[in-house]
Amino acid sequence: MEEIKPIEKRDSYEFLKGLWKENPVFVAVLGMCPALAVTNSATNAMAMGLASTFVLISSSALVSLFRKLIPKEVRITTYIVIIATFVTVIDFLMAAYAPDIHKALGAFIALIVVNCLILGRQEAFASKNSVWLSIVDAAGMGFGFTFALLCIGTIRELLGSGSLFGINLFGSTFEPWVVMILPPGGFFALGTLLLLFNWWKYKRKSMRHE
Amino acid sequence: MDTNNLPHIETEKGSSSFKMIFTLAIAGLFSGFFLATTFIYTDPVIQNNKKEEMFAAVYEVLPGCKTIETLEFDGSTFHVLGENEISENPIFLGKDENGGFVGFAIPASEPGFQDLISALIGYDPNTDKVIGMKILDSKETPGLGDKIFKDEAFKTNFLDLDVSGTIEFAKKGQKNASNQIEGITGATISSKAVTNLLINSISSWKAPIKQYADGRN
Repeated sequence: MEEIKPIEKRDSYEFLKGLWKENPVFVAVLGMCPALAVTNSATNAMAMGLASTFVLISSSALVSLFRKLIPKEVRITTYIVIIATFVTVIDFLMAAYAPDIHKALGAFIALIVVNCLILGRQEAFASKNSVWLSIVDAAGMGFGFTFALLCIGTIRELLGSGSLFGINLFGSTFEPWVVMILPPGGFFALGTLLLLFNWWKYKRKSMRHE
Repeated sequence: MDTNNLPHIETEKGSSSFKMIFTLAIAGLFSGFFLATTFIYTDPVIQNNKKEEMFAAVYEVLPGCKTIETLEFDGSTFHVLGENEISENPIFLGKDENGGFVGFAIPASEPGFQDLISALIGYDPNTDKVIGMKILDSKETPGLGDKIFKDEAFKTNFLDLDVSGTIEFAKKGQKNASNQIEGITGATISSKAVTNLLINSISSWKAPIKQYADGRN
């Protein structure tokens, strides 16, 4: 394995890129299904983000550990078996120890298996890098995903229910925008955030050119 | 993802079939082992959560209830189930501190606006009244249909509902008899679905429950 940058610098780079520069939702536009479906409250968004992070980190560690033993022809199948195992584990654990959140997220926990962010990191990163770097990369991507979901969830819950993490903020005079906690609200919030993100990137780019 | 450059990696040197099958078999084996272990540890907790959630609902729909017996219907009569027996279609009998009947809690479900609405109905066979109702699960539209479990006025319909005759649905503000359920403006379909849920489950359970209650009293 070639080290392009000094090791300690590379660690922080691999971690931070997932949070901002290569954010899975705002830049790579991956994992749209959970980003739209379960972000109707900040609590749900956070739970989904953390569950995906757990699956991402554990799968990346395992894939990276066995990367030299897995034949190229069956690698995707093997990755999916590993990912599906961890998803089912987190599904059981949430049903046992966080039944309310488990009920709110419903089938979307099982659907973490098909989140292309997770398979994408195995294929693009964990299968080519050391265990430690893969964990760092997965943690960065996972927290970046959680951060993005939390942004969408916060906007939708604030406008759609007038609360944040279930705590009422605006009082009884506030008329909630019900549309924001319905499916269209997910598209509105995500679209606005993508617009802001791209506008900001464009502005920075043009500033650098001047 | 750079999946484009894969075909020529594969042609470089193919792996043997044995190695491929072996890898997948090992992956499946470890996966199965790991899942079975997790299941063994979490399943009792999950079952217990479900039971506690159900019992909490029973206490809610049968006011004054202190102890709960789980019953199972075998087609003609009810059996009392033990502590650890699990039933697919249980019915709960609530008793007060003196052991007297408070009523029966009946789980029921009915198609709503989006998906099945499932609820627990508290029924008192002595007075022939519904004394409580709790929506356990529903996917009704937030802000409209979800008023079936968020609207306090709608909930009061089920605290003292006469079911000795027919159960009727009344529009908001038009309720004038104790056998009527007052609907919700903007959630007509959902509140009608709850009415149907009540009509269907009461009509099918009333006779066996009364027979059983008379036998035990």
